[in-house]
Amino acid sequence: MFTKILIANRGEIACRIIDTCRRLGVGTVAVHSNVDANARHVEMADEAISLGGATPAESYLRGDAIIAAAKATGAQAIHPGYGFLSENPDFVEAVDAAGLTFIGPSAHAIRAMGLKDAAKALMVKAGVPVVPGYHEAGQDNLAAEADKIGYPVLIKAVAGGGGKGMRRVNAAKDFAQELEAAQTEAQKAFGNAAVLIEKYVSTPRHIEVQVFGDGTKAVHLFERDCSLQRRHQKVIEEAPAPGMTPEMRDAMGQAAVRAAEAVGYAGAGTVEFIVDASEGLQADRFYFMEMNTRLQVEHPVTEAITGVDLVEWQLRVASGQGLPAQQEDLSITGHSFEARIYAEDVPAGFLPAIGTLHQLQFADGARIDTGVREGDEISPHYDPMIAKLTVHGPDRATALAQLTRALKATRIGGTVTNIGFLAALSEHSGFAAGDVDTGLIERDLEVLTKSTEPCTKTRALAAVAALGLHRSVPAFAGVSLWGGVEQTARFAFDEDETARVETLSPTQFRVTLPDATHDISHTNGAWRVDSAKTAASVWCNGTQGAVFWGETYPFTVVDPLDRAAVQGAGDGVTRAPMPGLVRVVDVAAGAEVKAGDRLLVLEAMKMEHALRAEADGTVAEVMTSAGDQVTAGAALVRMEADD
Amino acid sequence: MKLTSNIAAGSEAFRANEAANLDALRVVREAAEHAALGGGEGPRERHESRGKMLPRDRVANLLDPGSPFLEVGATAAHGLYDGAAPCAGVIAGIGLVQGRQVMVVCNDATVKGGTYYPMTVKKHLRAQEIAEENHLPCVYLVDSGGANLPNQDEVFPDRDHFGRIFYNQARMSAKGIAQIAVVMGSCTAGGAYVPAMSDVTIIVKEQGTIFLAGPPLVKAATGEVVTAEDLGGGDVHTRLSGVADYLAEDDAHALALARQAVGNIGGGVGSATQGEAPAYDPSELLGVVPASLTTPYDIREVIARIVDGSRFDEFKKRFGETLVTGFADICGMQVGIIANNGVLFSEAAQKGAHFVELCSQRRIPLVFLQNITGFMVGRQYENEGIARHGAKLVTAVATTSVPKITMVIGGSFGAGNYGMAGRAYQPRFMWSWPNSRISVMGGPQAAGVLATVKRDGIERKGGTWSAEEEAAFKQPTIDMFEEQSHPLYASARLWDDGIVDPRKAREVLALSLRAALNAPIEETRFGVFRM
Repeated sequence: MFTKILIANRGEIACRIIDTCRRLGVGTVAVHSNVDANARHVEMADEAISLGGATPAESYLRGDAIIAAAKATGAQAIHPGYGFLSENPDFVEAVDAAGLTFIGPSAHAIRAMGLKDAAKALMVKAGVPVVPGYHEAGQDNLAAEADKIGYPVLIKAVAGGGGKGMRRVNAAKDFAQELEAAQTEAQKAFGNAAVLIEKYVSTPRHIEVQVFGDGTKAVHLFERDCSLQRRHQKVIEEAPAPGMTPEMRDAMGQAAVRAAEAVGYAGAGTVEFIVDASEGLQADRFYFMEMNTRLQVEHPVTEAITGVDLVEWQLRVASGQGLPAQQEDLSITGHSFEARIYAEDVPAGFLPAIGTLHQLQFADGARIDTGVREGDEISPHYDPMIAKLTVHGPDRATALAQLTRALKATRIGGTVTNIGFLAALSEHSGFAAGDVDTGLIERDLEVLTKSTEPCTKTRALAAVAALGLHRSVPAFAGVSLWGGVEQTARFAFDEDETARVETLSPTQFRVTLPDATHDISHTNGAWRVDSAKTAASVWCNGTQGAVFWGETYPFTVVDPLDRAAVQGAGDGVTRAPMPGLVRVVDVAAGAEVKAGDRLLVLEAMKMEHALRAEADGTVAEVMTSAGDQVTAGAALVRMEADD
Repeated sequence: MKLTSNIAAGSEAFRANEAANLDALRVVREAAEHAALGGGEGPRERHESRGKMLPRDRVANLLDPGSPFLEVGATAAHGLYDGAAPCAGVIAGIGLVQGRQVMVVCNDATVKGGTYYPMTVKKHLRAQEIAEENHLPCVYLVDSGGANLPNQDEVFPDRDHFGRIFYNQARMSAKGIAQIAVVMGSCTAGGAYVPAMSDVTIIVKEQGTIFLAGPPLVKAATGEVVTAEDLGGGDVHTRLSGVADYLAEDDAHALALARQAVGNIGGGVGSATQGEAPAYDPSELLGVVPASLTTPYDIREVIARIVDGSRFDEFKKRFGETLVTGFADICGMQVGIIANNGVLFSEAAQKGAHFVELCSQRRIPLVFLQNITGFMVGRQYENEGIARHGAKLVTAVATTSVPKITMVIGGSFGAGNYGMAGRAYQPRFMWSWPNSRISVMGGPQAAGVLATVKRDGIERKGGTWSAEEEAAFKQPTIDMFEEQSHPLYASARLWDDGIVDPRKAREVLALSLRAALNAPIEETRFGVFRM
């Protein structure tokens, strides 16, 4: 076993690798960019080396600097994690050349699997099923080839891309007509009418098999189902695959092992298959797509059901030990799901979001892989993942219920997240029934991304938090001689609103909204609304807040000091500060000016005074001209009112 | 040592007391609720329609969220001026702003335009006195037309009239007690000096005005026609005149600016804790205190329901037993308690003086729980010099430098009032319970004195006076005393700082103490004790 390794990655995967190293007594060296100098993975590692920069190209992709860091710190091996340099064969060779160990497959294996067409050909040779198709140059017997493949089929332009020259054909009678159309289109688009034919996989499922090799022999650690995807991004993964039969599992596992052994695979890898689930799972309807020659993001579900620590296996095999287990030693216990929590603006089309994680609390009873702590920043430089949440239950229904509960108990404030979407997905009836395919999310996107309006109770909790009363109350809170003291909370979910909050005691508040009144109390860490205990919690840092109640309802607090009149007179008129002579007038009525732009120059007391715009706006009127002698306070330029 | 209560909560007597005390409480609550509504529905609607916050909302939103509010004079002017000035047209009290106690004085423009009645002036001055004695920053939320003209003779000329407000501002500013004004409406004539005399002044745009003479008076005097805004609006005063320092968009913004200004005063005291709760529930006080002032009860039952952990280190328990003295904590603050447990005898007075000396030397604030019919009368007592002993107590109470807080929990009659730090002895705060009564002597006693004099006169002339005639003679005096000794009558005239629900006595005492501890406690120099 190694005594020290370097982890050439960041975020949750770096932290997760360090966890295993610690358990095994292996020293750890982190590398980091400038923006990650105080990141969690740096804190966790025994040593850390700065790579500088912010973008991946300036930092985590700098193979030479990483190898130098490993040499400098005496690390014997480099774990690449996933992404960044993990599937870069040149880097693997450089690591080898430096006399270090790359914790992963050989450069040869990575290259062999990296070229998709060559990889497929290699797989066919190794007896791994690929999507049936006709890829030859001859274009004379295409109809017969289509019959051989079996309908429905897909006609694709050989030179194709972007869907041009692509046709789906459901039955033999339509083939000739569709072929002609595809060829015409291909000719027009690419100047090449040649087509290929592939089996059209309807109701496709993405099922992948975890494999582990020692360079010659490999075992598989069963499958993961990653069919819940949005735009090819995996959202929730599970293991085992719902509806999987022992025969098919066996067939897929053996195919995956063959694939790994065909390239002399060492370490953890994943063989991805597309499965035709149009008639349920059939042992002969899975086809090789590609092999990922690294540890996958979703590896925790496999770890959950097999009890194997895949990083430990990686370290053992890379350090020269044999495979830690044989195929017959491996078995499945229970069911596991993983959800990927991202800083994402779901209503805006899942745009990556940034922000400071002022609040970061996860549910008990779930495995959390994260690279951030409360108070950390989600920066625009890297993937906006916040955490992976993994649950493990005795059966699929139980595990799914745990997933829903854990998602609903996740409390993240300071950025928008996809938690609401994930929770909705976890409650999707089709998903619950195991009826998954890669089109599920897109089909039901509207329902899954619908945001819930905060109810009056949620708004009442927000009002209490907006005043900071959830966090601390003064001594003798709510004490008054006769009538209570009712204060006004100003906050906004979508629109500005106000609520009256009366503090009845340090833990009791009466909130009056325009449309309801609620009694709120806070005892033993739980919020009660109208005396009923709730699962709600609240967070607020003064300007931003959120009510967590099944979902996250973010709100903002209106700052009473953030008002225009603070800035100046507020009437938009620039006046002469003292008597003087107008030297220069820079603007005319109708001019658009920015705050700080010079409007005119006043000469007074032997000095030239530049008078500048206080705010962005349009000049409404210029009431002076160059050469005018003006008195103190004379109106010179008037800006148009904003509203 | 922890006190042990001998009262069974829920007993018949307890329930009877509670019912009577709740009745007394209801009368006061109704008066307080009426006062809190200020000028009533019409004026309140007109006020809000101008985009102005109601005065109590202004106070609430000046204060920290959840802040306690120790209101002063909540039923001031009750029953005066034919009910024209609820709450005396001004709200006053101590609340927290940015974690520190401040005195808030807020004009209620829904009450006759916020003009100053005699009681308004008295209340404003009392609030300033509290602020000055306890070193509390003052925030004035100004919205007032100035002196109430029909009452000008009782508002303007005397020492403790309108001018004293500005005198106090200057004197407090000189002592480093911050004076902050928020102009949220008119500040006309004399009123203009409230913001002008403040250290920091905030004015609301197109709403607050400050001028010595309003547009009508200007027109009458010089013929100049000018709008209120051009004469003395927020823009003018923050840009041209410099009378105000901050321009606010509206009430909410102005209050936020005032909070910011208080935050920049510097210094300030740390936050208090609420200490250990009494072992006996303070809410039982309503059942503990007898319905009638003439029913004796053990004052320790009250102390046990006010002090931390019901622990009371009773000093000189076996001597002068009608006055109970001792040390305790109220919400973590050490106090010396002096409480009546019957009529005052010479020994009790001497013990009281001794205890005041003790607390003065140690700089421990004093809490007086007043329930006193007076000093004992009769030949034996006069001959042994009860006046001399009483004078010792009065001297000690009058000259001690430690803060005194007086709570009238029962009778406050005669010289007992003096010895127990009545209003004339300038306690920092004086609070009353709804069941309390205050007068020079009891009504029946006063009627009896008058009847005796009358009977002597009649009989000297050889006449006779029937019992019925005597009773008829006495009744008006009894009625008058009954009316005038009621706490609402007293509070209306600011003889005290307000009436308190006995169940809140502990918190009110704690907040008062906390305010008192803002000011350093000076060394005491007593007068000559008549030994």
